[in-house]
Amino acid sequence: MAGEQIAETGAVKAVRWAAVAVPAALAVWFLSMIPAVESAPIRAAWEWVPTMGVDLAFRVDGLGLLFALLITVIGTFIFLFSASYMKGYPASGRFTFILLAFMLSMLGVVTADNLILIFIFWELTSITSFLLIGTDFKNPEGRRAATQALVVTGGGGLALLAGMILLGEAAGTYSLTEILEAGSIADHGLYGGILVLILIGAFTKSAQFPFHFWLPQAMAAPTPVSAYLHSATMVKAGVFLLARLHPVLSGTPEWEVTLTLFGGITAVMASVLALRQTDLKKMLAYTTVMGLGTITLFLAGSGEAAVMAAVTFILVHALYKSALFMVAGTVDHEAHARDINRLGGLARAMPFTAAAAALAALSMGGLPPFIGFIGKELIYEGALEATFAAPFVIVMALAANAMMLGVGLILALDPFWLNRTRRPHLGHHGHVHEAPPSMWAGPVLLSLVGLGLGLFPAAASKWLIGPVTSAVYGAPVPVSLYLWHGINAPLMLSLLTFALGAVIFWMRNPIRRGVAGMLWAMPASADDVYDAFLRGIHAMGRGFMHAFQHGSLVGYMWTLLAFIAAGLWATLIGTGALANVPMPSELPDLFLYEWAVVALIGAGAIVAVLTESRLLAIVALSGVGSGIALLYVFFGAPDVATTQLMVETLLVVLLALILLRLPGFRVTEKGWRRSEMLDGALSVSLGVAITVILMGVTAGTLDMVIPDFYGERSVIDAHGRNIVNVILVDFRALDTMGEVTVVALAGLAAYALIKLRSDGDHDRVAPAPTVKAPEKNRETV
Amino acid sequence: MDSLILRVATRILAALMLMFSVFVLLRGHNDPGGGFIGGLVAATGIALSSLADGPEMVRRVLRIEPRLMAMIGVVAAVGAGLLAVFGGDVFLTGQWGYVLGVKVGSPLLFDIGVYLVVVGAVMAMLLALEEEED
Repeated sequence: MAGEQIAETGAVKAVRWAAVAVPAALAVWFLSMIPAVESAPIRAAWEWVPTMGVDLAFRVDGLGLLFALLITVIGTFIFLFSASYMKGYPASGRFTFILLAFMLSMLGVVTADNLILIFIFWELTSITSFLLIGTDFKNPEGRRAATQALVVTGGGGLALLAGMILLGEAAGTYSLTEILEAGSIADHGLYGGILVLILIGAFTKSAQFPFHFWLPQAMAAPTPVSAYLHSATMVKAGVFLLARLHPVLSGTPEWEVTLTLFGGITAVMASVLALRQTDLKKMLAYTTVMGLGTITLFLAGSGEAAVMAAVTFILVHALYKSALFMVAGTVDHEAHARDINRLGGLARAMPFTAAAAALAALSMGGLPPFIGFIGKELIYEGALEATFAAPFVIVMALAANAMMLGVGLILALDPFWLNRTRRPHLGHHGHVHEAPPSMWAGPVLLSLVGLGLGLFPAAASKWLIGPVTSAVYGAPVPVSLYLWHGINAPLMLSLLTFALGAVIFWMRNPIRRGVAGMLWAMPASADDVYDAFLRGIHAMGRGFMHAFQHGSLVGYMWTLLAFIAAGLWATLIGTGALANVPMPSELPDLFLYEWAVVALIGAGAIVAVLTESRLLAIVALSGVGSGIALLYVFFGAPDVATTQLMVETLLVVLLALILLRLPGFRVTEKGWRRSEMLDGALSVSLGVAITVILMGVTAGTLDMVIPDFYGERSVIDAHGRNIVNVILVDFRALDTMGEVTVVALAGLAAYALIKLRSDGDHDRVAPAPTVKAPEKNRETV
Repeated sequence: MDSLILRVATRILAALMLMFSVFVLLRGHNDPGGGFIGGLVAATGIALSSLADGPEMVRRVLRIEPRLMAMIGVVAAVGAGLLAVFGGDVFLTGQWGYVLGVKVGSPLLFDIGVYLVVVGAVMAMLLALEEEED
C-alpha cells in the first residue's frame, strides 16, 4: 500500500462512511426509474446558455440508465470498500470528496442530453481522474501516471469538443434527443471529420490502441479508484459515447472498419499483455483494456446481435471487473503483496475474498451459469453475423475470450488455492486475516449479481439489456437471453474457448516468459512514444521561450515597435491609402506661442536622442510630453491635458528613481554604430507612419455622430456636463472598470518585482533567462 | 534628497495638491476633472512629499498600505456597479438620489474607486522603489 500511515480524526472517518449514503440513495432513485424508462426516456431541462444552444438538459433512457445503475450500485460498494481501505491514508477526506465529485460527473456524462454538456461532464471526469490517480502525489510514479492520463484523455477531450461542435452544426441542433430522432448523418459532408474527432475522443478515454498505455499506468491510484474509475465507469465513457451516437454515426464502412480494426487489435494485444503481468492490478488493468476493445469491436456492427453482444458485455464486464479489483485491493491490504509470484494459499485465511474471486473470475472466463457465459455466447453470435471481416472478428473474439479465461483462472486459483508454501511469508509474519465485511461485501454481492442475472436471464433482458439495446440500435429490438441456446455454432466456439483457456492456464509460466521476451525485442513501447512526444513539446516550449522571452528589454521594444510599424505601413500601402494623403504645400498658419511649443517638442526629442546622460534624456522626453499637454490645452481638452501633465511628472519621478540605480550610458567609441542606425531607422519609420495617418485623418471631415450623441445625452442620461468624465464613469464605465483593475494589478506586479529583487531572497526569484541578451553598446531606456 | 527649500515648500504644496485633488475629483462630473485626474494629482503631491521627507514619513501619514488602497478602489468601483444590480438595473447603471439635499449618484462612488486605485498603484510602485536598498 502506498502512502504513509497517519493517525486520523473521527471526523474524517465519519466522512468516509457517510459518503456511502450518496451513491446508495442515487442507486435507489435510478432503480425506481426502471419501469418508466422501459416505455419512454425520462427528460428534464433547464436553460443555461440558450444563445449557444447549450442547455442543462438531461435524459435517462435505457443506455443512460444502465450506466447510471452501474455507476451508483458499484459506487455504493466502492465507497463501502474505500471507507475501510483508505483508513490511514493521508487526506482521505479529500479523497472521498473527489471520488464523489467524480461519481456525479460520470452520472452527468451518461444522462446529459446536450452535446456540449456531455463534453463538460466528460472533462470533469478526466480532471477528477487526474486528481484521484495522483492521490499519492509525493510519489513521482503517481504524478507521472496522473499527468499521462490527463494529457491523453484531455487531448482526446479537445478532439471530442471539436467533433461535438461539428456534429451539432451538421445536425442543426446540440440536443441529443433531437439528433437521435433525426437519425444517421452519414450523408452529411462533415461526416468524415465528425467521425475521426469523436473516435479520437472515445478511443483515448476508453484506452483503445494506440492510446491504451495510460490505463495500466493509472494503477498507481489507490485500489478503490482503479476498481471504480479505471474498470467499471470512467474508461467506459468512451464506449458509452460510441453506443450513444451509434444510431447517428454507425452503418458506414468507415465506422465498421475503424471500430473493428482498433477494437480487435486492442482486445488481443491487451490480453497478451495481461498474461505477461504478475502484478494483480496491472493484470486486471490489461484485461480491462481487452474488455473495452471487445465492446468497441462489437459496436462496429450495426446488426442487432452485435449491438446486443456489446451491451451485454458492458454489464458483464463492469460486474466482474470491479469485484476482481476490490479482491486485488483486499489481498494487497491484508497480505501486503499483489505480485502473483509471491501470493499463494490464501483461501483458508480469506474465505469470503477467495469465494468472491472465484465467482467473479468464472463470470469473466465465461463459464455457465454466469451472465458472463451469456455475454460470451452473444459475442460469438454477433461475430458470426458480422458484416465486415467476420473471420477476423471471430478469431479476435476467440483469442481474446480464451486468454480471458486463462487470466481468470490465474486470478481465481494462483493467489488463493495454489502455491500454499508461500503463505507463511505473507502479511505480518505469516498472519493473514480476512478483511472486514465492508471490504468483501462488495465483491461477493457483485459476483452474486453476475450469477443471479445468469440464472434469471429473462429479468436481465426485460429490464436492462432490452431497453439498452433498443437505445443503442435506434429502434426497438426484441431481446431474450437464454443460458441454453441448443447445440449451435456459438456453443462450439465456447467449448473451443474453454479448451484453449485451460491450455493457457496450464502453460502460463512459459507464456509469460515468451511474451516478456517478445516485448523486450520491441524497439519502442507506446509509453516511449508518449515520452518522446512530451520531450518534443518541452523542446518546442524552450524554443519559443528563447525566441520571445529572451530577457532583453531592447529586444522586447524592438519586437513590439517593429510589428506596429510593419502593420501600419502594410495597411497604408496595401489599401492604397497612402496615395490619398494630402501633402501640405505650405507652412501652417500658427500663432507664435504655438510655434514655440512645436519648437519645445522638437528640441526635447533631439536632446533625448543625443544626450549621454540618462537623467537628461528622461527630462527631455518629459519636455516633449509637457509640450503635447500644452497642445491639448490650446485645442480645448483640459482633462486630457491635465492627465498628460500629471503622468509626465510622475513618470519622471519614477524613472529618475530607477535610473539612479543604473550605470550611465556606455559610450565606447565615436560615431554611430549599426545597432543605433537600426534603432533610428525604426523610430523614423514608426514616426512617419503615424504622422501620415494623422495627416490623412485630419484632412477628411470628422464624423460627428458619436460626439453629438454624447453631447445630447450626457446631462439627460448621466446627470453630468463634462462629457469626458461622464463617458469614463457612466457610458463606458465597464471599460474603466477593466482599466482600473489593470492599473491596480500593474501596481501590485511592479511592487512584487521590486520587492523580490530588494529582499535578496534568491530562492523566491525566478531563475534568470539563460539566453544572453544581444550585445548592445548603448542601451536606451 | 535632502533640501531645506524643498522640504519647506513641500509642506504647503503637498497639502494644497491633496486638497486640490479632492476638489478635482468632486467637480469632475460637470467640469474638467474626475477620479483619474484627481488620483494623479494626489499621487504627484504624495510623490513630492516622499522625495522631500522620505518614504517613512509618507507611510506614517498615509497610514494605509498603498496596495490595500488600490484594492479598496477596485472594490469600490465594482460595488458602485453592483448598486445598480441591487436596484434592479443592469450592472453599472447610474443610480441617483439626494443626500442632505445634495444630488449624488453611484458614479461618484465609482470615481472615488478610480481615484483610490490610481493613488494606491502609483504609491505602491514609488514607495517600493524609494525604499529599495542599493
